[in-house]
Amino acid sequence: MEYFLELFFSGLTRGSIYALIALGYTMVYGIIELINFAHGEIYMIGAFVGLVVAGILTSFGFPAASIIVLASIAAIIYAAAYGYTLEKIAYRPLRDAPRLSPLISAIGMSIFLQNYVMLSQTSDFLSFPNLIPEFHFLGKFESMVGSSDFVIIVVAAVVMVALNLFIKFTRMGKAMRATAQNRKMAMLVGINVDQVISATFVIGSALAAVGGILIASHIGQINFFIGFIAGIKAFTAAVLGGIGSIPGAMLGGLILGWTESFCTGYVSSDYEDVFAFALLVLILIFRPSGLLGKAPIQKV
Amino acid sequence: MLKLKNVNTFYGNIQALRNINIEVGQGEIITLIGANGAGKTTTLMTISGVVPPRTGEVLYNGEPIHKAKPDKIVKMGISQVPEGRLIFPDLTITENLDMGAFLRDDKEGVKADMDHVFELFPILWERRRQLGGNLSGGEQQMLAISRALMARPRLLLLDEPSLGLAPLIIRQIFEIVKKINEESGTTVFLVEQNANLALKTAHRGYVMENGEIILSDTSDELLANEDIKKAYLGL
Repeated sequence: MEYFLELFFSGLTRGSIYALIALGYTMVYGIIELINFAHGEIYMIGAFVGLVVAGILTSFGFPAASIIVLASIAAIIYAAAYGYTLEKIAYRPLRDAPRLSPLISAIGMSIFLQNYVMLSQTSDFLSFPNLIPEFHFLGKFESMVGSSDFVIIVVAAVVMVALNLFIKFTRMGKAMRATAQNRKMAMLVGINVDQVISATFVIGSALAAVGGILIASHIGQINFFIGFIAGIKAFTAAVLGGIGSIPGAMLGGLILGWTESFCTGYVSSDYEDVFAFALLVLILIFRPSGLLGKAPIQKV
Repeated sequence: MLKLKNVNTFYGNIQALRNINIEVGQGEIITLIGANGAGKTTTLMTISGVVPPRTGEVLYNGEPIHKAKPDKIVKMGISQVPEGRLIFPDLTITENLDMGAFLRDDKEGVKADMDHVFELFPILWERRRQLGGNLSGGEQQMLAISRALMARPRLLLLDEPSLGLAPLIIRQIFEIVKKINEESGTTVFLVEQNANLALKTAHRGYVMENGEIILSDTSDELLANEDIKKAYLGL
């Protein structure tokens, strides 16, 4: 039982991170029907910015708790700026082009950003300081869920609740829902769709940056390639839950996290990716629109 | 009130509108009739700023608006009921109406206008909690018109409100359009394939063919015109 719970929590940790990144994929897809393949790189850049800021602050002797907050804020702002710019230069000019063009542009941006970070930083693995302080109020659960696991789960949950409230109750959230349902009509009721699209990229990127910092601190090392793997996994989670659906991305992330965790624990860690992607294949065969996605309705 | 001057609109390299000149006066109901693919919808999309013209001018109360973004144009008082209605399927009727008032922040006024459209279309009140996607075609058309009214437009653009509806519903909708025009003085620019009905509702009409205006006159004259009778009225 204890082993089961341990796997459950490690899956929850993983899944929370996948969900945070998957939200960026699903929100962008919901609004402009584009798979933003460079989204994983935004996550990676968030982690790098966190590392740099954490390094600087440590050398000035800041306390650990303030370092993680400040590093996260810096990473969020930086990643959001990247997401905003990415959309502006790589996707906006192609908005009315055939759908393949922005997709290729997205892959190009992904490769560009990876190489840019590799050349400007390093191609080696860098060790990332453990920014999350240890604490001991979990009592007997401590053996199953570590401090950083706990922080990741809580932060991810808070961020996702906040996102849902934002979408549901704010003016921009309303505009986002309308734009996702019908972009042309959103324009015709007076929604500035360009603004909505920019906001979507900014929010998605900020979520990815949060994920980047948390996981980097949890695992303890980063390099320029981490965005690729995490990106593919999160994309899988988004498709699993139903791409375009926000609750779907959250659910998909968690299911993927648990699948990997339990398969690693009970079968073999060699098969972790096999199970993750086999799950994806099964979902695509039996429920192509994903768990919470809607089958596209042919409009008359 | 609205004036299109030598408007040319393109989709890529394909020219959809050629030298369009249209004038809509304050308080009028003007119709634009023509066959499928003549460029009627493009004309409305050009006015709304969704597909801006390549050359020419669109003037609204003397002010050029052809370079303005769609949201600015809505803000100025031009609302469109688009072809196919484009209801937000996952929003309830009330939410759809609320979306029509997106740019307004006078809560009281929005509430009053919502009561008003529920009065115009009582069926919408009965279904106010249902999702837009679950409505019938006629109800969706009523909702689309109501949603446009929620912006308190001075000029209402209607794109084929009769499309795919039963004759009885069509008549009902056209009655309401007339009523909106007469009661609140809202100017109406109506695009229709159903030329007979459109000309009977409107004061003046324009006839469009292959992206060009080939004729314009009062509705009575157009209804009596032999060529129009043959080509559009099936007489």
